[in-house]
Amino acid sequence: MQYRCQNNNNLPKLNPILNKYKNISGSLISILQETQNIYGYLPEFALDYIAENTGIKPAKIYGVATFYTQFRLKPVGKYLILLCQGTACHVNGSKTIEKALLEELSINEGETTNDNLFTLNSVACLGCCSLSPVMMINDKTYGKLTPEKTKQIIREIKKNEFDHKEV
Amino acid sequence: MKIIIGQGSCGIAAGANRIYSEIAKELNKENLHVNIEVAGCIGMCYLEPIVDIIDDDGKKSTYVKVHPEMVNKIIQKHILEKTPVKEYMIDAQSKNILAKQNRIALKNCGLINPENIDEYIKNGGYEAIKKCINEMSPEEVIDEIKISGLRGRGGAGFPTWFKWNAARQSLDSPKYIVCNADEGDPGAFMDRSVLEGDPHNLIEGMMIGAYAIGAEEGIIYARAEYPLAIKRLKIAIAQARENGFLGKHIFGNKKLNFDLRIKAGAGAFVCGEETALIASLEGERGMPRLKPPFPAQKGYWQKPTNINNVETFANVPWILFNGGKSFAAIGTDKSKGTKVFALTGKIKNGGLAEVPMGVTLRDVIFNIGGGIRDNKNFKAVQMGGPSGGCIPNHLLDTPVDYDSINKTGAIMGSGGMVVMDETTCMVDMARFFLDFTRKESCGKCIYCRIGTKRMLEILTRICEGKGKDGDIELLEDLALKIKEGSLCGLGQTAPNPVLTTIRYFRDEYEKHIYEKKCPAKQCSALLTYSISSNHCIGCGLCAKKCPVGAISGNRKEPHLIDTTKCIKCGKCKETCRFNAIVIE
Ligand code: SF4
Ligand code: SF4
Ligand code: FES
Repeated sequence: MQYRCQNNNNLPKLNPILNKYKNISGSLISILQETQNIYGYLPEFALDYIAENTGIKPAKIYGVATFYTQFRLKPVGKYLILLCQGTACHVNGSKTIEKALLEELSINEGETTNDNLFTLNSVACLGCCSLSPVMMINDKTYGKLTPEKTKQIIREIKKNEFDHKEV
Repeated sequence: MKIIIGQGSCGIAAGANRIYSEIAKELNKENLHVNIEVAGCIGMCYLEPIVDIIDDDGKKSTYVKVHPEMVNKIIQKHILEKTPVKEYMIDAQSKNILAKQNRIALKNCGLINPENIDEYIKNGGYEAIKKCINEMSPEEVIDEIKISGLRGRGGAGFPTWFKWNAARQSLDSPKYIVCNADEGDPGAFMDRSVLEGDPHNLIEGMMIGAYAIGAEEGIIYARAEYPLAIKRLKIAIAQARENGFLGKHIFGNKKLNFDLRIKAGAGAFVCGEETALIASLEGERGMPRLKPPFPAQKGYWQKPTNINNVETFANVPWILFNGGKSFAAIGTDKSKGTKVFALTGKIKNGGLAEVPMGVTLRDVIFNIGGGIRDNKNFKAVQMGGPSGGCIPNHLLDTPVDYDSINKTGAIMGSGGMVVMDETTCMVDMARFFLDFTRKESCGKCIYCRIGTKRMLEILTRICEGKGKDGDIELLEDLALKIKEGSLCGLGQTAPNPVLTTIRYFRDEYEKHIYEKKCPAKQCSALLTYSISSNHCIGCGLCAKKCPVGAISGNRKEPHLIDTTKCIKCGKCKETCRFNAIVIE
């Protein structure tokens, strides 16, 4: 079989992962997780490369990658916003937080801003329900949100980014 | 003297890291050498960040809702002048909440440093497994669990001993023991708390299970959304290995091997179902299969496998240490021991509470949870997440045990209690859960895959004011068929939130459908905005903010909303400082 990926010079990064799981069957999910850690998403060329090297059919890899919510097939912005839409957050007004984010970022759920800074995804519970409504931005959790506070957080990140560029 | 800072995910989200560095800075400035230690979550999330100071004589002072500005005073007064700062400390009422609990699964959470195995050992840790290995046969261990009456804490409440026994009896080998730490029920976080606050307790529980069924390998299937839990588990496993508790010849016993590894889940609610979880462990799409064969016969790689959830395992060391009888002495006839509940939603004191089975919902929500926020009225409590249901006011005296909760149409589930007040719309709640199950259905069964979608469409149209006569009956009919036509628990229980809300709040459905009104004022399509001429002073602020120019009026005169233009965005309500916008 001939794959499109052969000449991509990003691929060597995948070799250590593939070697690590070479003799452990049932590792596809772990391989995909670590691949996503490298690229921030699952690029098609990486999926092809994994298929080629593990012997797992590309269709199956694609099937697994689309089954689990953690996997993304599109690149994400520098800041990944996970907005909790779990029960506790819903009851405490996560919809108003979503509205505030949509306004501030001018994108829809699942999209990335034009400057590649922010991606907005909804999740079903971050386990901090007692501080609901909650969102997580790159591993940092923000609780007890209000629409105003949410916009403030986003503006601050934007400002920091802007200041950095100036320097 | 030492300082303990609660650093569970919730504490950190409330700012615990900031407090940590602030305290370290202050201590440094004063040239004081006091140990700062980490602890997990004590369950009083509404008081985070929490800082405990333990004096040399062992006296503990608990500071709550600590702000960076409070740190200086606490260090100056408490540490330097030895006079605790009373006004920053936990009040008697909150202290009482802890006293009302009976902590078994959470026994160490928030009290010990989860990243230090010695603290766990100092509190009697790893004694129960030693007792099993040295004094008991695997059968005796299973018997002890049988005496305790422990039932699975993750959902259906299946007797734990029965599963262990089935896996023990299975002749094939090797055998596996798996912990389901993929806490998927939105609104429940007790497992996270154990993983972050007392990981060794889980490890010990799994070791005992492994000894009982004869497994040499254990896997913890952990939720990917819980990075801190995974980090602390990894540390704990490494420490247990160093101490010779995990690996080959554990506790120096030549015949015993047991090791553990973590597998991060990738986000799929259906993986709470045992056979789906196993498929996921094998790197496949997490789709359930027909049972039998049960995992106890053919599980992970077709070998005998026993799966329990985190809270179930967390009870096990206590039971073996104190005896099954002591556990069975707590709780009710058919539901023994304690249960951890996650109190969230419109509740005053949100957090975790572990109470004996059989106390009433009212006890948990009002005595421990402090009742409803902002002096609103209690409307319902949602239990069991997407598989459960909403329990109304008149059933508040229901005891919390598996069977009584089942009778209400909800389920115990993992113990999430989402409390709702008069401003929560029950139809919207049902719609919310159906939206969740529809997304999470694995797609194998037609009724689950398409039936939930149809139900969601009906509920959405009711919320949008397009409900039709016969919709309620159609929902009920679909609900039955989905229950019958689904293979796994996800599909079989998916209609529960709809059925319970129809059962207890039918009038709310009818108001939506026939009167096009939402009594809780949540469904925006059913609301009309107007301006009260008594309150409006004609400042014109709302007119400026209205995105569609629906508001008109002269300055200093009451304004008007053109309802044909209004898109019900709520902007005017947010802006008006005179409370003149009326929503009906
Ligand atoms: S009931 Fe739903 S989730 Fe369960 S196997 Fe069938 S389709 Fe999949
Ligand atoms: S609800 Fe929105 S659209 Fe309607 S009048 Fe108020 S601001 Fe204008
Ligand atoms: S429901 Fe939002 S954090 Fe749990």
